[in-house]
Amino acid sequence: MSGSAVTGYADQPGAAGLAGALLEVRDLNVHHGQLQAVHGVSLDVPAGTVHAMIGANGAGKSTLLRTIAGLHRPTSGSVLLDGTDVTGLRPEQRVAAGIVMVPEGRRLFPSLTVEENLLVGRTSARPGPWTIEAVYDLFDWMRDRRGQHAAQLSGGEQQAVAIGRALVANPRVLLLDELSLGLAPVVVRRIYGLLPQLLASGVTVLLVEQDVSQALGVASMVHCLLEGRITLAGQPAELTPAQIESAYFGVVGNGRGKRLGNDQAPTPPEQQAGSSESSGAEP
Amino acid sequence: MTWVNAVIQGILIGGLYALFACGLSLLFGVMNVINLAHGDLAVVAAYVALGVVAITHVPAVWAFLIVVPIFAVLGYVIQRTLFQAALHRSVLTTMLVTFGLSVVIENGLQQFLSANSHSIGIGSLVSDSFSIGSQITIAYLNLAILVVAVIVLLGLQYFLSSTTNGRLIRAVADDREAAQISGINYRHVFGIAAAIAFGTVALAGIAFGMFTQFDPTIGTDQLLLFAFEAVVIGGLGSLWGTLAGGILLGIAQEIGANIATADQVLAGQLLFLLILVVRPQGITIRREPRPI
Amino acid sequence: MSEPEGRGVAWTEERGTSDEGRRRLKAPRRRAGEGADISGPTADPDAEPDAQVRVTRSRRSTLWAGIAAVVIVVVLGYLPYAVYSGTTNLLVDFFLLLVMASTWNLLAGYAGLVSVGQQAFIGLGAYFVLILADHGTSPFLAIPVATLLAGIVGLPVWWLVSRLRSGYFSITMWVIASVCELVIIQISSLGGGTGAALPGLNLSPTLITAYTYWATMIVAVVVLAVIYYLLRSPIGLVLTAIRDDETGARSIGTRVARTRRLVFMVAAAGCGAAGALYIISQQFVVPTAAFSVQWSAEMIFITIIGGIGTIEGPILGTIVFFVLQQTLSHYGTWYWIILGVVAMAVAIWAPRGLWGLISDKLGLRLFPVGYYLWPAGSVPRRRR
Repeated sequence: MSGSAVTGYADQPGAAGLAGALLEVRDLNVHHGQLQAVHGVSLDVPAGTVHAMIGANGAGKSTLLRTIAGLHRPTSGSVLLDGTDVTGLRPEQRVAAGIVMVPEGRRLFPSLTVEENLLVGRTSARPGPWTIEAVYDLFDWMRDRRGQHAAQLSGGEQQAVAIGRALVANPRVLLLDELSLGLAPVVVRRIYGLLPQLLASGVTVLLVEQDVSQALGVASMVHCLLEGRITLAGQPAELTPAQIESAYFGVVGNGRGKRLGNDQAPTPPEQQAGSSESSGAEP
Repeated sequence: MTWVNAVIQGILIGGLYALFACGLSLLFGVMNVINLAHGDLAVVAAYVALGVVAITHVPAVWAFLIVVPIFAVLGYVIQRTLFQAALHRSVLTTMLVTFGLSVVIENGLQQFLSANSHSIGIGSLVSDSFSIGSQITIAYLNLAILVVAVIVLLGLQYFLSSTTNGRLIRAVADDREAAQISGINYRHVFGIAAAIAFGTVALAGIAFGMFTQFDPTIGTDQLLLFAFEAVVIGGLGSLWGTLAGGILLGIAQEIGANIATADQVLAGQLLFLLILVVRPQGITIRREPRPI
Repeated sequence: MSEPEGRGVAWTEERGTSDEGRRRLKAPRRRAGEGADISGPTADPDAEPDAQVRVTRSRRSTLWAGIAAVVIVVVLGYLPYAVYSGTTNLLVDFFLLLVMASTWNLLAGYAGLVSVGQQAFIGLGAYFVLILADHGTSPFLAIPVATLLAGIVGLPVWWLVSRLRSGYFSITMWVIASVCELVIIQISSLGGGTGAALPGLNLSPTLITAYTYWATMIVAVVVLAVIYYLLRSPIGLVLTAIRDDETGARSIGTRVARTRRLVFMVAAAGCGAAGALYIISQQFVVPTAAFSVQWSAEMIFITIIGGIGTIEGPILGTIVFFVLQQTLSHYGTWYWIILGVVAMAVAIWAPRGLWGLISDKLGLRLFPVGYYLWPAGSVPRRRR
């Protein structure tokens, strides 16, 4: 079951193939003004799995996630949930359909309390096992602090509340954007340790992560993005550090096989590949 | 008028100013737009009340029961159509559109109604008053307006803090994008905020119309600026701040009038500028940086 | 859409990014059609190593526009000899609007400062002239002084408002205008609430009309020229950077605050000049008229309809506004209603205004303030 790990998709045990994917992204192109952030990205996330997207700063991961969540309109391409085209849906409609994002930087409502943040998450909730009480069970400290204003919580606590706010909507697909940013490694590990519980409750996860080792540790499938294109896709067990490194940086590997261990994400590439275009397309 | 009486009169009228201000403040807090047509809307409401009274022969004091809901609905509709279309471009465009709306309203009133001033006749209620001591006179109408203003602000406070829609409004005001991905249709929430703003300003306009003469131009000439000054003096973000701002503005104006009749409006504006200089940080910095 | 000559090149002007500001290509000012050959870094990394990009500041259309402008100015200057005073008075009003709208456009479209209170400086300009005339100065000579004074007053006003966020800034300027009005009403030596006549115009009515006309025309030309050269200068690059992305502009070290302050004072001076001309043209001033928010309404509507963020926009907007004003003047307030509706519609559906529509269709820039990039191989046709 090695499969081609570099450009195609490794065969997954039990996967029905592309037709059975819960979340499909087809040939997505996304622009920020004149700059193209995502070039023809396609990926499939089967139900019940954790997919991770890694890549350097500016590689387009967050833009891709935000487009799936509905905050960006793609220039072309489509997003499908369980076979239904959701590309035209607004973010709140996607929440109702089952795509919910935990945004980069938590983005809690600072003037609302913890409980109020969770209540807001229920606005377009689907029926399901995740209620506010269930979230309090998941994070046992939260029940006692539910009257506190969100701005008074620590980073890790805010991350928990942000995840809780997304969970109470009972998503089918949970999008996690850079969970580890600004958090201590201990906290990050604890949060990622929750993923099995989420999966068990029927949630599929697509996450963006700069901490490569963390991503490799939790995901059943990893995609690497570089300058808006997927340069690598495969199961973590089958990807060598050299492959990941070359896909991450976009340079040809030199065979030295530096291990990407438990360090933080590698620094972004120094040279600016590509140039800013100056063609006069009016916005 | 003694100074004490001036202060008391200021407090009384402060309630009315706070009523004017809370709609402006709400819309700005939620949508980041200053509705430059705010004052003119109050004037329109006063004219509509006149019309309603003329047609239905409802006692003028109860005209607001008909007019305020109409304006609330109008606010929702205008927000979802005109303002939302402008917001799609930018906040700046929206403010310019409200300015255009203000000009259209003001001139429309002058075109279709006369430029003469009117008042909503409520009979003797206008001047009925009681006295405390020999120097202080409190008009029943003014007192009633203050009471109504406080009740409305209390109601608004309760709405924002304890109801679902109020919570949604606060969430959207905090972070619109986060609200969207939490499943909130922010356009609808804007609409609700606009409905509240239009409704309260209608109420304020009708009260104003009972209290004094109004004409098509007074919306831009005075009311908008008073509402804004009250917001700034009291500080954005708190309804009680708005009440305090209205009262302080009223007091400043009454003290100014005590000095010389011509100084009334000027005194309020000088207080406004003073606050701007002395406490600009409370006015310019939001609680949280607002993501674009 | 057909390709006008030279299209397919990069517009790097008002639409420019802070990248452009950083590049600071200093092309010498040449007549349109010529360009400085600059072998700088090319856009395309796969291009031949010695491929060249030509950079010019203007094109042939600019040359025609320049010639036309000179002709127009000469014709306009001759007018008092040729037409009745009714026409020149009309043009005085036109020039006043043009000056006010152009400065408002500079303030709002470039420095991002949307002021609904420029009437403060208009009124102040008028009253400065009144004060000077009361003390014996000829009103015409008072114009530059009043302009300067208005600009200087802009400094403490800026200090009051500079830290305000956009919406707050707008209305606070309005309040300040109102304060100026109320204060002046109290000063009886300036006529108080009932107004005052302007002394010192001891000339025949024909001469007064002619001088007023020429003064206004000269001021209009000067203001437009100042704005044009300001925007072509390094300050203009800073303004474009600010307009496009203030955070980005700050991050590359441009002096955002200083530039905005300068622009604010220039706009104040411009409005002061307009106010000075206003009192001369009316020979009378009343606070409620001089400080009326209607001035702002005119400036704003003109700039919206004409096109915000370009020099040509306010010119076109003034023309449209003026035509509307003349045709609808006997319909009273209808003209404001129609204007307001048109302005709202343009703001929402054609945010770059009429000039934006035209210049997009025809690829025209009459007063270019940016740079034209001619990629290698695209040689502009020259007539030699």
